[in-house]
Amino acid sequence: MITHHLNDKLLMAYAAGTLPEAFNLVVATHISLCDTCRARLGAFEAVGGAVLERNIGAVPMAADALSATLARIKAETAPPAAASRPAAPRDAVLPAPLRDYVGGGVDQVRWRNVGGGVRQAILPTSRHASARLLYIPAGVAVPDHGHGGLELTLVLQGAFADEHDRFARGDIEIADETVEHTPIAEAGADCICLAATDAPLRFKGLMPRLAQPFLRI
Amino acid sequence: MLTGRKRSAGRRSGQTAVADRQADDWAELVARVAAHQDADAFTALFEHFAPRVKAFLIKSGAEHTLAEECAQDVMVTVWNKAAQFDAARASVATWVFTIARNRRIDMLRRDRRPEPEQLDWGPSADADQHDALALQQETEKLARAIRALPEKQRIVVERAYLGELTHNEIAEETGLPLGTIKSRIRLALERLRHAMS
Repeated sequence: MITHHLNDKLLMAYAAGTLPEAFNLVVATHISLCDTCRARLGAFEAVGGAVLERNIGAVPMAADALSATLARIKAETAPPAAASRPAAPRDAVLPAPLRDYVGGGVDQVRWRNVGGGVRQAILPTSRHASARLLYIPAGVAVPDHGHGGLELTLVLQGAFADEHDRFARGDIEIADETVEHTPIAEAGADCICLAATDAPLRFKGLMPRLAQPFLRI
Repeated sequence: MLTGRKRSAGRRSGQTAVADRQADDWAELVARVAAHQDADAFTALFEHFAPRVKAFLIKSGAEHTLAEECAQDVMVTVWNKAAQFDAARASVATWVFTIARNRRIDMLRRDRRPEPEQLDWGPSADADQHDALALQQETEKLARAIRALPEKQRIVVERAYLGELTHNEIAEETGLPLGTIKSRIRLALERLRHAMS
């Protein structure tokens, strides 16, 4: 049961297509797990449909536009009713959008140790924001950090809790500069999260500070 | 070919914007393209949507020539993907918007936008006809609701969808009257849950 959802702001920006790639990946992954937000996204896209059709006017096409378009359609070799692409093999932890970035399931992730038993894998996205997978052994604290910008953390396996709340598979934590917290992975299954941020993390405390160069963030 | 009826509908679009066709007719036209590669149906869709997509792309920052070319690309995609359109899931305007948005991201070399995992929404034939009709008409409802917003707020919504605002510039409370389509969110959810069970 997912209890922490995307907010309107993120859904609208994702519907409009204006988020940095790393945030798009988190939103797409959350929606892959959350029917509620999938339905809400449909509503935000419907607003886009209304803006397109009714709110911004029309600009006449060139005189030969229709015939040119029909000629292109005729010339194209692809069958009109192209089938949707075959689904990639399923994975118990990584939904489809993440599998595309990892190049396979969770066993394909190339983890790097970052100290304290915590591992991470940075995912290739645009430089406007960064995305990484985090592996936090059960019972271990994620290094204490504040946030310089927006940070999204989506749980894929296990659960973590901080001073405020508990987050399990599918739950997304949306944190900005006002949030300072020390999430701890719950006992039981090790915790795997997808985290994205548009600002470098500010770590407090000696060990994490030493580890920061290796975190490459 | 932009003559008569359709063209005048385009001119009126800013204010009253009562399209000559009903929203559910657009869905019927897409179905005809999908089933019979019906060029007449496509022509009607083209004359209504292509000038709007072009306006959308110009207002998103494209030069006229580029916008013209990309609007044609969008309409080629409408033809090619007609079979994937699901009238019980989105209005034609909404579906065209998503195609135009994706074309704009490529056109302006914006950040990649991964899609959520595709779900089987269940057979659309099962969807209640009345619900499907209401969904096709929601664009009208939403457009009216957006126009009823205070001007400042309306401009923010339009600019957000034209790609002019970053996520930081979109207010936490969007002010969008999504209550007008709350029932639609509920219906989508019911359908998803039904398909999963």
